[in-house]
Amino acid sequence: MSSLIELSDIHFAYPAHAPVLNGVNLTLEEGERLSLTGANGAGKSTLLRIAVGLLKPTKGNVCAFGQERRAEKDFHDVRRLAGFVFQDPDDQLFCPTVAEDVAFGPLNLGKSRDETMAIVDDVLARLHLSDFHARITHKLSGGEKRLVTLAAVLAMEPQVLLLDEPSNALDEGVTERLIEILNELPQSMILVSHDPHFRRRIETRRLHLHDGQVSTPPEPKCKHAANT
Amino acid sequence: MSHVLNGSEAAVNRLNGSSHSPNVVRVIDPRARIIASVLFAVTVVALHQFMALAAAVGISVMVMLAARMPKGRTLKRMIAMDGFIIFMLAMLPFTVPGEPMFHVFAFPASWEGFYQALRIALKANAIVLMLMALVGTMESTTLGHALYRLRTPEALVHLLMFTVRYIDVLHQEYQRLRIAMKARGFRPQNSRHTYVSFGYLVGMMLVRALERSERVLAAMKCRGFSGRIYIIDHLTFGARDAWFAVVGGLTLAVLIYLEWAYVVAY
Repeated sequence: MSSLIELSDIHFAYPAHAPVLNGVNLTLEEGERLSLTGANGAGKSTLLRIAVGLLKPTKGNVCAFGQERRAEKDFHDVRRLAGFVFQDPDDQLFCPTVAEDVAFGPLNLGKSRDETMAIVDDVLARLHLSDFHARITHKLSGGEKRLVTLAAVLAMEPQVLLLDEPSNALDEGVTERLIEILNELPQSMILVSHDPHFRRRIETRRLHLHDGQVSTPPEPKCKHAANT
Repeated sequence: MSHVLNGSEAAVNRLNGSSHSPNVVRVIDPRARIIASVLFAVTVVALHQFMALAAAVGISVMVMLAARMPKGRTLKRMIAMDGFIIFMLAMLPFTVPGEPMFHVFAFPASWEGFYQALRIALKANAIVLMLMALVGTMESTTLGHALYRLRTPEALVHLLMFTVRYIDVLHQEYQRLRIAMKARGFRPQNSRHTYVSFGYLVGMMLVRALERSERVLAAMKCRGFSGRIYIIDHLTFGARDAWFAVVGGLTLAVLIYLEWAYVVAY
């Protein structure tokens, strides 16, 4: 099996701050659903951002989809192949209507209008959001926004999903639905989540980020989470 | 626009969060509504006779009623607009020379100035009312789409859309900060502490807005943003809109006739 994303010896520090990442090594294999845990500010989101080139590591290599990626240009492909779902859906949904937002990615990839609309219909149907076409994005509920951001990313047909705390502020119903959806998806994913119950039902492997390095984590203290 | 008559339009209206039922004004193509209000405004600004101006106000009121706008709220908004021009109107009789009407502290108020003020008031109210009835009743995103299709520069349309999209997010952020302040016992007073705290609030809003804009751009880049935003809409110009154009055109013709007839007669 070839690895999809390979981060080796990543160092990173925000300007005028102590380093967050101190030689992180992380590999995502085909078919893997890797969950990433760690304290607030441990650098989980930072690591995801480095993987798609939104941040440049001060040291270390990013290798994605079989190629070493360094310059901004190298990452254009990566961003298409690795769909990034942001922590705050409001950051991601900027188009007025749901259909336009989902269409934004495919249109950027140079798909024609008809092809795009077919993709939009298909993706929304797959997530049972077919009624949402003409909905105004900022009037959606938190859960609906989350599902639409996922649809918007899936519309680009990525091979990998990078999910930054997708279950944040979702009610149980939507969380349950999200778990089902994610488990049915064929994509490999890196999942950042603080919710052990949520994580446990999706992950196939887990890594813990601490003091700027990753390790295989201890078992969670909560028994329910350990048993599921 | 025959499709608007069947249930789908009502469904779309509901989905758009518009609480109003479809009616005579709302089913007309947004582009036609924008053009009509612009033409109406240009015509009314050019009118001079009171007969014609009164007719223009009457027409605006009729359109407002046809659009079934809530009367109280609409009037409140009108008054807010009048508040902006009230001082200019009040000053006009004193600044325009002519036959004196009355004196305030030996300053003469002229009839000419009074008429001029009245004309401006009628024009402003007729135009604003028409704009509110025809354009103000649109979803802001519909307005954006219509402007885009009317060849408004893309950058301006996107600016409008982004504003519409994020003004609510920023407002919520403001509300959250404000509530958090209240929860810690903050009560605005005329004190240094109050001003400093509001300064922090505004500063924090700016910082957060900037950070959010960076995250939005990052999210856009992740989806392959290359400087172009695509707009998808389903605007169609139909028979109903053609009728609207004809009726609108005739209305403007009547206004112009009223103006012209008076000039010829006297």
